[in-house]
Amino acid sequence: MAFDKMELRDIEVWDGNFAAAQALRQCQIDVVAAYPITPSTPIVEGYAKFLADGYVEGEFVMVESEHAAMSGCIGASAAGGRVATATSSQGYALMVETLYQASGMRLPIILNVVNRALASPLNVNGDHSDMYLGRDSGWIQLNAYCPQDAYDLNFIAFKVAENHEVRLPCMVHQDGFMTSHTAQGVKTLTDDAAYGFVGDFKAMNDMLDFEHPVTHGVQTEEDWHFEHKARQHSDLMTKVMPKIQDAFDAFEKLSGRKYNIVEKYDIDDADVCVVCMGTSVETAREVATEMRAKGIKAGVVGLRVIRPFPFFEIQEALKGVKAIATLDRSSPNGAPGMLFNEVAGCLFNLDKRPLLSGKIYGLGGRDLTKKHLVDLYTELQANVDAGKVTTQLQQFIGVRGPKLSFL
Amino acid sequence: MANTGWDEFEIGAMLRTFEGSVDNIAGTLQEDRNYTQNSSFSANVSDWRIIKPVFNKDYCIDCQFCWIYCPDISIIARDKKMVGVDMDHCKGCGICVEVCPTNPKSLLMFDEHIDEEVALAGWPTKEGKK
Repeated sequence: MAFDKMELRDIEVWDGNFAAAQALRQCQIDVVAAYPITPSTPIVEGYAKFLADGYVEGEFVMVESEHAAMSGCIGASAAGGRVATATSSQGYALMVETLYQASGMRLPIILNVVNRALASPLNVNGDHSDMYLGRDSGWIQLNAYCPQDAYDLNFIAFKVAENHEVRLPCMVHQDGFMTSHTAQGVKTLTDDAAYGFVGDFKAMNDMLDFEHPVTHGVQTEEDWHFEHKARQHSDLMTKVMPKIQDAFDAFEKLSGRKYNIVEKYDIDDADVCVVCMGTSVETAREVATEMRAKGIKAGVVGLRVIRPFPFFEIQEALKGVKAIATLDRSSPNGAPGMLFNEVAGCLFNLDKRPLLSGKIYGLGGRDLTKKHLVDLYTELQANVDAGKVTTQLQQFIGVRGPKLSFL
Repeated sequence: MANTGWDEFEIGAMLRTFEGSVDNIAGTLQEDRNYTQNSSFSANVSDWRIIKPVFNKDYCIDCQFCWIYCPDISIIARDKKMVGVDMDHCKGCGICVEVCPTNPKSLLMFDEHIDEEVALAGWPTKEGKK
């Protein structure tokens, strides 16, 4: 069966969802098993339309739940296909059991996650609760800040995940609505250049290799389980980052667009810095530049790779900064916050430790305004001047009512 | 195997059925297949069984009902002739006895410890019409 190529302009006006759908088309996904959910629906809808219109040679499997969607992806990937799907929030939560299956079975499935809050109360808008829910599931997690990133990182994801030294599933995260439904200029690759970058799918241990029959998804108990998990963790810790870097380098050569494991902005001489993810990175960069005009040496560190966690890259980026705030867009529900904890872990053994505080913001799609960030950088500078954290360690930003802070 | 480390096996929760590659496996008898020790064919699970089927070829008409119905592929047939039961894998469910159409039956269940000769010696005779 043949398929048609699509003529794209050099720059198209796409939102994050359509950018991801176009990337799936250009990677020629064999199987998408999906149960659409807001705000990620247009990704799988887009693939289905490309398929129906003859632009993809593949299969769209409509299933009865997100659990079944990922299960279908697992089956198709074990059979030896290039496989992807998309989800958000409650659907992601329902997928969690199968996320662990996919990574333990070492199946290079790509999951586009359009980040959205988790009920209750029910909410369709963007925060990072779903993204945080899957952070121990053994997947690689890449983080987009805008539609361009959502497009580009899909190619990176396939390139890394399908590498036979890696063979781990990969999520591409984008912020619900702020990225997924905000149309921006997206620089495109031609169909040939995009497919050439990811290459033909190279099967490994596939069930359709009848000369080498294989059983996938076996059971192990105390005799073998630990070794399998250790192997998976070891590969995440040692093999994935170099392959991501290789993919970033190759992608820069192809497109001119440079991605980094940790995205540093004005960090080399910074006194104060925020560490954040998603669309907030772009807002923080804009405010950091404005703070410099006011004499505060502000910088931004954005995570491009969430898992595996870039421990040494973060440590290196932050070691000269005097006061740092982490921005967690998910309720830690009884803890300091994921970014706070991870960054604290990176910094703890340094001889000279920066001052660290954590912020909780943006839950359920609440805006992070420039004023919030101006106040935050000002507060961080006050910490530098005082030589200590002048506030409680954990503060909520943008919540109505009396000031909320802990620790 | 017991001392194999975390870095010494193929990645993924997967196991191979055969050593090396296979060709025309459907046309190869089980005893001629190069099963790995990971294949369930290599595992003796006869201790799961507390009662066992005994085959009496004197009454068998090779109808193959037992071969079709056995849920564990434990009826051994060659050239459409019933040969016996794979006692390494039979779980003693008794379905083969249930579906056997001969009179008397060609397969009957006995306690696991009963000798085959004793079982055959005490085989029931043909039941008359009631």
